Amino acid sequence: MTKLADETLRTEIFPYGIAGVGLSQVKRQVPLDEPPPLPPNDDLLFIGKPVPRQNGRAMVTGEIHYTADINLPGMLYGRILRSPLPHAEIQAIDISAAEHHPGVRSVIILSPPGDPQTAVLRYVGAPVAAVAAVSMAAAEEALALIRVSYKPLPFVIDMDEARKPIAPLVFDAASAPGGHPAGAPSALPLNGNVRGPSTVSRGEVVQGFAQADVIVEAEYRTQVQTHCCMEPHGLVADWRADGLTVYISTQFTAGVRHELAEAFELPLSRVRVVVDGMGGGFGSKSMLGNYGRIAVGLSRKAQAPVRIVLTRQEEQMDAGNRPATWQHLRIGAKHDGSLTAISLVSYGTAGVGLGAGVGNVAEALYTCPNFESAQNDVFTDAGPGSAMRGPGNTPGAFGMEQAIDELAERLALDPVALRDRIDPSPRRREERRIGAEKIGWQHRRVPGADAGPIKRGIGMAQSIWASNVQINSACEVRVLRDGSVQVLSSVQDIGTGVGTVLAQVVAEVFGLHPEDVVIRIGDTDFPSGPPSHGSRTTASITPPARTAAWRVLQLLLADAAVALNAPVDVLVARDGRIQVRDNPAKSMSFRDVAAGLRTDSISAVATRSDDYPGFRHKSGDAAQAQQDLGGVQFAQVVVDTETGIVRVERVVAVQDCGRPLNPRLIESQVQGGVLMGVSYALFENRIIDQNTGRMVNPNLEEYKVVGIREAPQIDVTVLENYQGNSATDAYGIAEPANIATAPAIANAVYNAIGIRLRSLPMTPSAVLAALGKVPQGNMTS
Amino acid sequence: MSDRKRPDSSSWEEQSKENPDDSGRGAITRRGFLRGAGLTAAGTALLDGVQALGSAAHTPEEPALPKVGPGPVAITLNLNGKQHALEIEPRTTLAETLRVHLGMTGTKVSCDRGACSACTVWIEGMTVCSCMMLTIDVGARAVTTIEGLAHGDTLHPVQAAFIEHDALQCGFCTPGMVMSCAALLERIPNPAIEDIRTAIGGHICRCGTYPHILAATLAAATARKA
Repeated sequence: MTKLADETLRTEIFPYGIAGVGLSQVKRQVPLDEPPPLPPNDDLLFIGKPVPRQNGRAMVTGEIHYTADINLPGMLYGRILRSPLPHAEIQAIDISAAEHHPGVRSVIILSPPGDPQTAVLRYVGAPVAAVAAVSMAAAEEALALIRVSYKPLPFVIDMDEARKPIAPLVFDAASAPGGHPAGAPSALPLNGNVRGPSTVSRGEVVQGFAQADVIVEAEYRTQVQTHCCMEPHGLVADWRADGLTVYISTQFTAGVRHELAEAFELPLSRVRVVVDGMGGGFGSKSMLGNYGRIAVGLSRKAQAPVRIVLTRQEEQMDAGNRPATWQHLRIGAKHDGSLTAISLVSYGTAGVGLGAGVGNVAEALYTCPNFESAQNDVFTDAGPGSAMRGPGNTPGAFGMEQAIDELAERLALDPVALRDRIDPSPRRREERRIGAEKIGWQHRRVPGADAGPIKRGIGMAQSIWASNVQINSACEVRVLRDGSVQVLSSVQDIGTGVGTVLAQVVAEVFGLHPEDVVIRIGDTDFPSGPPSHGSRTTASITPPARTAAWRVLQLLLADAAVALNAPVDVLVARDGRIQVRDNPAKSMSFRDVAAGLRTDSISAVATRSDDYPGFRHKSGDAAQAQQDLGGVQFAQVVVDTETGIVRVERVVAVQDCGRPLNPRLIESQVQGGVLMGVSYALFENRIIDQNTGRMVNPNLEEYKVVGIREAPQIDVTVLENYQGNSATDAYGIAEPANIATAPAIANAVYNAIGIRLRSLPMTPSAVLAALGKVPQGNMTS
Repeated sequence: MSDRKRPDSSSWEEQSKENPDDSGRGAITRRGFLRGAGLTAAGTALLDGVQALGSAAHTPEEPALPKVGPGPVAITLNLNGKQHALEIEPRTTLAETLRVHLGMTGTKVSCDRGACSACTVWIEGMTVCSCMMLTIDVGARAVTTIEGLAHGDTLHPVQAAFIEHDALQCGFCTPGMVMSCAALLERIPNPAIEDIRTAIGGHICRCGTYPHILAATLAAATARKA
């Protein structure tokens, strides 16, 4: 259906509001071929229930296949030779010895000398050449046989240094990538190594500050965080005369197919992208990646399947990262707390990449008539950044939410009370109320209240994230003649359990059990699914799944109406049977209805329609629902002022995601978001040696990721927020659960010791430096 | 697996502290072999430790192994209750042997240097990082992997509890986590939370499943008693 005329719509009444706070109703215009509204979760059998993960058994037995577990007949092992220098031009490269290694089947040069567009390498770890060989050992031996002559060039690693006019240039104007700190492909000015600013403005900021009774102003810094997916990036590329099949650890099978088709000039119909087990992405596996192109190139040349799986060192150097940021925030307010002006200037570095902005927290979280921001990307000779769980908003909230707390203190207002005044979201208001009660906010003391060296404190912070939807999302539901059911889409399960919620949604339609629904996803031969990034998967794919199931059910009901000699509109699917609504005796089994099918299976494919009340923004395949996603987190910390060690004892997370489809899976994701936030706040830091450009902790022992010993107790509450927006009314959770954690911890640290830490990570040395017990160090890169 | 031995220690380090002269199993530990590339200061310190351990553990009744390699060597691996005859290069780690030579990919490799414990298997019931152990050093000792934990279709109580409590997200660290938690319950049937924290203190889960792993392991302990 391309355009909806009025006769294609009907009016329906949906539940609306927050369950437990006040549910009302809302009228929506719904397409005729979409299912009726779902009641609230309390009235449903499987939706909203803690149904166990559908692929859990395969995971605990090790049977599920991840990309590195795939072993095709004749498969070769690919390895990449990487730049040892942060900035260099390749003058010569000799691959002949590698080509003559008996185990080698193909060698390709990735940075051919002569052409400055390809011969210049701009970070340690940049790909130079690659080999495919019969074993990993042979591939490694062959890499050692490649002779490269590098001409070293001046380089810059530190962002502050890179901003200076005298800094070595990472790119010249001709070679610098264009783009926007928020990732959009618009050309912003390039000045030295600085691309930007990207600006947003509303109202009159100068006037707003003139009206302010109180102004807070401070600088904040955040470090580079690497994704550390437990499954490294990797793929098996199988180039054949009749087409290309790629098995890849990806967050977006459909997107990778597009990239492959374009890069290798193949029709989409001859490219297939497949993923089953997917060992974590967190934003870094949304694209094909240089390693992906390399594997396909090797496979094409060798005429054999090639597997490349990055080593942990490669992961840390060249598989994406969350960019470092510097933020200058200025906020003005009246005595009553109302904001009069916000000004934000930021510089961030994604190394040779772009997208180091600090998001829309300062712009959108609070009501403020006057706002201006200028966000800049700074190029440095380091591996490219990429999206990472709440990109922009996670570093942005670290600054903004501390600034708001500081403002509250200056105004002598409670931080929760100030937010009640300036935050327009009714969901976050309720989340603050619940969280404050759970953490014991009324017992919060003045900063630095503990007399001894061990000091406790509590703090809170908020998140904001768009309710993203991929409208280019489709799902097929099939019923087979034996009554079994399949759900098919290219959508991938990156660990969130989307297959499980699809089974719940479809089972609810058919009156079957989720275990009866077979999930076939992660394959572009199925209808095109959404990416698993931007917290949009559930919002995008569950509505078409329910719609497709509902359409198939209408066909089955029509058959059953004949068999039961009953009008179709009194029939319902329930407990594995099709029955007359008020007369369960007049019924037949779902299986018997299916047995009468004319063909072995019937199916329907549905696509994601627009949200019923329309989207707030819509551009290409991407859209955003009217309401943002919220989330409020409270942290309780203990700071040892003698060692500088910060321990997070407890986090209370109160989140919303529209209609929660599976509270257990949501709880898992929220715990994960909190833990990644704890890790970001206290431990993680990519450190690059300024003199050599090399990362000094490219591993998992010196790059510290939170372990169970540092994991706080986490108390998760999720609102049921009904909006009447789609066939499932469900939205995402992954990113909003990560955004508020670090600033909540920072505000709790302030409450504990009375000193504000404005840089991440809050390591023991940083804490001791803030306490004046050791000199200020500079450990960030 | 009726012939599976009961684990008596959660880790070599712990065992060697308790019983430094016990060398009955040979001198092989998860620390025992560092792979060549990228040695750091910390790695060098580890090497010193290995030498110390090696000399302490070497006893007269167990002579040094003959020199083998670099070509393939015939070995027999006692794996999940079955004997597997293999030809492997001496440089092959146990993780590689399992995954590449035997196609048993349930054991995962994530850091390949003993920092994340994703590759955890049991040797005589003791948890080791299979990426840090050479296959030729396993000898006749019984290796148990995630594929050998369930009894046919009946999951190990830890596996069942992991599903029930959603103690997994992407699932990549899960086999290693399950092996360590199951070994813990063999050793301490009634673990306190602190015991579980110790048992998986060397594991990394990037998805953040730790809280549900705690709950699942406690529940599995209860289920085993029932």
